[in-house]
Amino acid sequence: MATDDTPAIELRGISKAFGPVQANKGIDLMVPRGTIHGIIGENGAGKSTLMSILYGFYRPDAGEILIGGRPIVISDSQTAIRAGIGMVFQHFKLVQNFTVLENVILGAEDGRLLRPSLARARGELQRLAREYELQVDPDALIEELSVGHQQRVEILKALYRQADILILDEPTGVLTPAEADHLFRILRGLRDEGKTIILITHKLREIMQITDNVSVMRRGEMVASVKTSETSPAALAELMVGRKVLLRVDKAPATPGAPVLELRGLRMVDAEGVERLRGIDLDIRAGEILGIAGVAGNGQTQLLEILGGYPEAGARLEGEIRLKGQPLPLSGSDGRARRRAGIGHVPEDRQVEGLIMDFSAWENVAFGYQDAPEFNRGPLMDHAAIRADAQGKIERFDVRPPNPDLAAKNFSGGNQQKIVVAREVERNPDLLLIGQPTRGVDIGAIEFIHKRIVALRDAGKAVLLVSVELDEIMALSDRIAVMFDGRIMGERLPKATTSGDLGCLMAGVDPAVVPATEAIPPAQAPGTEPGGGAV
Amino acid sequence: MDFATVIQILDSALRLMVPLLLACLAGLYSERAGVFDIGLEGKMLMAAFCAASVAYATGNAWLGLLAGIAGAVALAVVHGLASITFRGNQLISGVAINFLASGLTVLLGQKIFGLGGRTPSLEGAARFTEITLPFADALRGVPVLGRIYADLISGHSVLVYLALATVPLTWWVLYRTRFGLRLRAVGENPASVDTAGVSVTRLRYAAVLICGLLCGIAGTYLATAISAGFVKEMTAGRGFIALAALIFAKWRPWGALGACLLFGLLEAIANRFPNLDLGFVTVPSMFMNALPYILTVIILAGFVGRAIPPRAGGEPYVKER
Repeated sequence: MATDDTPAIELRGISKAFGPVQANKGIDLMVPRGTIHGIIGENGAGKSTLMSILYGFYRPDAGEILIGGRPIVISDSQTAIRAGIGMVFQHFKLVQNFTVLENVILGAEDGRLLRPSLARARGELQRLAREYELQVDPDALIEELSVGHQQRVEILKALYRQADILILDEPTGVLTPAEADHLFRILRGLRDEGKTIILITHKLREIMQITDNVSVMRRGEMVASVKTSETSPAALAELMVGRKVLLRVDKAPATPGAPVLELRGLRMVDAEGVERLRGIDLDIRAGEILGIAGVAGNGQTQLLEILGGYPEAGARLEGEIRLKGQPLPLSGSDGRARRRAGIGHVPEDRQVEGLIMDFSAWENVAFGYQDAPEFNRGPLMDHAAIRADAQGKIERFDVRPPNPDLAAKNFSGGNQQKIVVAREVERNPDLLLIGQPTRGVDIGAIEFIHKRIVALRDAGKAVLLVSVELDEIMALSDRIAVMFDGRIMGERLPKATTSGDLGCLMAGVDPAVVPATEAIPPAQAPGTEPGGGAV
Repeated sequence: MDFATVIQILDSALRLMVPLLLACLAGLYSERAGVFDIGLEGKMLMAAFCAASVAYATGNAWLGLLAGIAGAVALAVVHGLASITFRGNQLISGVAINFLASGLTVLLGQKIFGLGGRTPSLEGAARFTEITLPFADALRGVPVLGRIYADLISGHSVLVYLALATVPLTWWVLYRTRFGLRLRAVGENPASVDTAGVSVTRLRYAAVLICGLLCGIAGTYLATAISAGFVKEMTAGRGFIALAALIFAKWRPWGALGACLLFGLLEAIANRFPNLDLGFVTVPSMFMNALPYILTVIILAGFVGRAIPPRAGGEPYVKER
């Protein structure tokens, strides 16, 4: 029998690779019983992989898992459930046209016939509802429930299976602030009953608000495990983002001109009703690079998509976008019109949005501009002209191997990015949108891409740079805006700020107002409308 | 139209409905589990051939039934391998099974019996013959109800009653048992079943095998009860009509009964009145014979309300990260 100070979960040296990608590298983790343990890290840091290993979706390549002090091999989800692990996935695993009750018993039925299971589950649900504020109508269909209630069903499912360890993967991503607060009350109640809770998130506010301990993951490694009371959002932000070799970009001081892009009160509510942008006001002037810093998932992606002319399907938008004084239409999806208006866009995910991986480099170089007169001869495309153009870009951007016939997928990450940057920058746009320009790009290509961005600025163009790499933001930007939770938390000049200062803003704390360690801002700043209502 | 004619038409409708109903329920199991199956036709055809051959060779209709089921289940296993294990395209696998059955039955029939793809006529115990329910003759004298009992309800082969019993049985399995709950769940959201620690693969195989079993009974009925032997392409598109009935029924067992009864009735009317005289116009026989197919087109075109198929239908399940 395990004693009280035996950790609920202990991981020793867990490693997992997917092909060449090392998703988890020698992870050690110790989660004491009856605590809420936060695991924080950026998208792609390996958090979800680690939890999938715990839930039996993947077998680790190496390492050992101990539950309640006993080593265990979790070969499938059934084993994990029997070991007392319950998982609430980011995307719920519910059957939409089943009732709550049916979803709860699915896979945990008492016998071959449903009736006794349903009766017992009904009683059990009532008990759980009383104990933990988990009220849900047991006969409601899932598709009729709000997202917050669906999440409760997921928690109920785990508790019905007598889970002692509850893992929640980004549980608040789809919740309103009020729903998130309710969730946290439930989680505290569960912890006080002796359950162990693992909370995976990239939101520092939540970590500070609810966890007892926190572990930070970065690029597949567990970089720190600390008591929440002994750390600060700024310290965690720095651990998450990491400190790398200092980037140096040689550039002359900016000489900003007239505003090229003006955003006024830009708001966006996605199809699920979550407010992703909560009123963005920004000016970007000719001849300056505005860097947007922030932890991934705070609205940067949505901002780029809207400016690029392809907002998420079903999203509702309001506010004003003006390019060189001319208003741009908000609604509809027309990336081509944006390009014609003078906006170049290097999207965040080059492999999905920037390139067609199976197409050759020369075809990719024409994408987005395939209607340009120089690429066409009457109704037909002028392949010779496109190829010649591609050849030129490949040479000027030193794309290796310099073979325009090679499929995009056969280039390295850095060279793929050079193809996209070449395509967008050489069009000489008035405004360049560039998201995560150097993600997964080797150091040589980083320098090259940075130089081209600066050259564009020196030619009097405006650049909007979005990056989660703080060093890149600091090195490249003439002005920095920090995004948090769909808002601009503050603006700084790179010379007059520090990474700690920016880290606080990225964590949603304005260091000018309160010391970072003492206060966590409310989810909803006073005076703003609740999510989605006013759009 | 007198009462005797009505009874006769209904009686005929019942007989014609049975293969449709069995195939429709077969499809219901498979599609409710998320595996689309347009190979119902081929499985029935293969079953009809196997049943007729073995019944002829052994002189025993029950052995024929076993052979029919074995033939259909064998093709169901092929479909399961292609669409579950190897995550292939379910439509293509179904089409392939239809072609395979269509060619193989004729080829084997010619090779074995040398009758141009037919099997020799079945006689006596090699066929499922009509059974008379108790008191049928005694009650015939009772007005209306007696006639209905004696001439409509009584006097069918055992497979007809089996098919009718399958409807409430299927309903019970789907809505009252653990297996049914999991089956419906795996067709809607296999991830929910997987994360609950239940094998998606095993559930889907179970559904596909039940589908084979029911197709086997349907094919056997065609070759050894409604006819006396196998004839080339004798299923005549019933597998596809059954799919239309399944959509019409919105993937529900009692709905399947109603839809198949409607198709059976149309076929029975077409058989009874080759040239339907409505007084002012005579409907030609070609049109009457085409009615079930025309109705199929209308149903598939979505004119009969909105039918929402199982959400995960047609998609192989791949664990996501």
